[in-house]
Amino acid sequence: MSILVIAEHDNARLNAATLKTIAAATQIGGDITVLVAGHQCQAVVTEAAQVAQVNKVLHADHAAYEHFLAENLSELVVALGAGYQHILAPATTTGKNFMPRVAALLDVAQISDIIAVESADTFKRPIYAGNAIATVQSSDPVKVITVRSTAFDPVVATGGNASVEVISEVKETAQAQFVGEELAQSERPDLTAARVVISGGRGMQNGENFQMLERIADKLGAAVGASRAAVDAGFVPNDMQVGQTGKIVAPELYIAVGISGAIQHLAGMKDSKVIVAINKDEEAPIFQVADYGLVADLFEVLPELEQQL
Amino acid sequence: MKVLVAVKRVIDYNVKVRVKADQSDVDLANVKMALNPFCEIAVEEAVRLKEKGIASEVVVVSIGPKTVQEQLRTALALGADRAIHVETDDMPDSLAVAKLLQAVVANEQPQLVILGKQAIDSDNNQTGQMLGALTGMPQGTFASKVSVEEGVVKVTREVDGGLQTVQLQLPAIVTTDLRLNEPRYASLPNIMKAKKKPLDVTTPADLGVTVARTVKVLKVEAPAERSAGVKVADVAELVEKLKNEAKVL
Repeated sequence: MSILVIAEHDNARLNAATLKTIAAATQIGGDITVLVAGHQCQAVVTEAAQVAQVNKVLHADHAAYEHFLAENLSELVVALGAGYQHILAPATTTGKNFMPRVAALLDVAQISDIIAVESADTFKRPIYAGNAIATVQSSDPVKVITVRSTAFDPVVATGGNASVEVISEVKETAQAQFVGEELAQSERPDLTAARVVISGGRGMQNGENFQMLERIADKLGAAVGASRAAVDAGFVPNDMQVGQTGKIVAPELYIAVGISGAIQHLAGMKDSKVIVAINKDEEAPIFQVADYGLVADLFEVLPELEQQL
Repeated sequence: MKVLVAVKRVIDYNVKVRVKADQSDVDLANVKMALNPFCEIAVEEAVRLKEKGIASEVVVVSIGPKTVQEQLRTALALGADRAIHVETDDMPDSLAVAKLLQAVVANEQPQLVILGKQAIDSDNNQTGQMLGALTGMPQGTFASKVSVEEGVVKVTREVDGGLQTVQLQLPAIVTTDLRLNEPRYASLPNIMKAKKKPLDVTTPADLGVTVARTVKVLKVEAPAERSAGVKVADVAELVEKLKNEAKVL
């Protein structure tokens, strides 16, 4: 069997989610080819070729792929996809954007957000905000799959020496054009990759108060997240949202501050190794999933916590 | 400009589902159902485009058993002009839904199709993108801002690192994210008016689409439960436990 993994990257570095997707591919079993499509992304190709589990790297380098537009990327993947029984990508906003187009162009279903590989055609995936886990079996000739990266441990990024094939095929449509982007600038680690995440909810009362979380985050090398309630209230931008419709995180330590623990928030963080909840409402549902709960006013607790770390 | 909005009937987002004892599915008997929250945002966006004079007509479509007409009436009460119900008791998957919508798009010829980015039941996040591929339309997924200009739509998208803006030639697909707008509540007079708005019923057979599933659900189970841990008395005890017991600091 052969598996095509679409690499996620920023044209400079391979995203860790790719290594986790390769881990899922390894569990399916077969020859693994990684497609690196981007613009001036040679460094990413070199990185991908060093992963021991990878047999071959396809390198498609063109301005049309610089911003990973779904229209161009899906056409490229379909053009290269013949002969593969599985096509995998991380379930990031990039993967979620182009992979369903790949599936539809191939006239097959997509299996979204798998969290376990049972066999080459059977997978587990969360539904209903993670309140149920479905085991699904696909009879499609090609399985188009996105992988929830928090569910797989990354493969080691070294030890390999895969061959590289340059792809000259250019798929470019005039129908969709990149205009610009505003990427959050932060010295802190990525939410989805951080070892520690500290998140604030509606209890934070306003955006300025998130600075209290940021100061603690800086001491712990943590990323700062937020509940949907805090995003909806306009305290912080949506890219900080942890939950069913935001980011899914599973750090070693998750600290929930002023978060009640709505179903859709729990869906985004309940696989964290250790969960701490700080909330003044003793009845808040977040305490039902927390390893350590502190019933107290966060405005008293946070300065004290900062001091003691 | 005609705008088509596709909506789905799902479990109310406040309800916590339970898995059936035989692990065949989740238990939806006597559970409150509602318009999928992202679909509500899609309807709202289309209605706002009409209020701004950009959209001339807002058509809303849903696929499923007769009960989805409740959600179509909700969308009509929120301001859509007419509704199409594609009636089927099968549970079509995203690809089948996209094919049915492709047929509706061919009949209606909308300039803009707005869908929710995902339904909160299956959590697939596929249909809009699949419809884009099948119709050959460009897509702006996970939209937090939509502005229609001459022949194009500019869509600001919520991506992992922040925001990305793309410009799409019309006709185009937009899927909604949470921050796009805050949907209104339907007023009583509008709920009454919605009962009189046109609602056409069609079937997959009428649209020439066969609904076949290639992905079989073998089992649905409850996730591993996390049990509540301990309460600590103060910050000092918390830090001590994180250091010495959990060993994460």
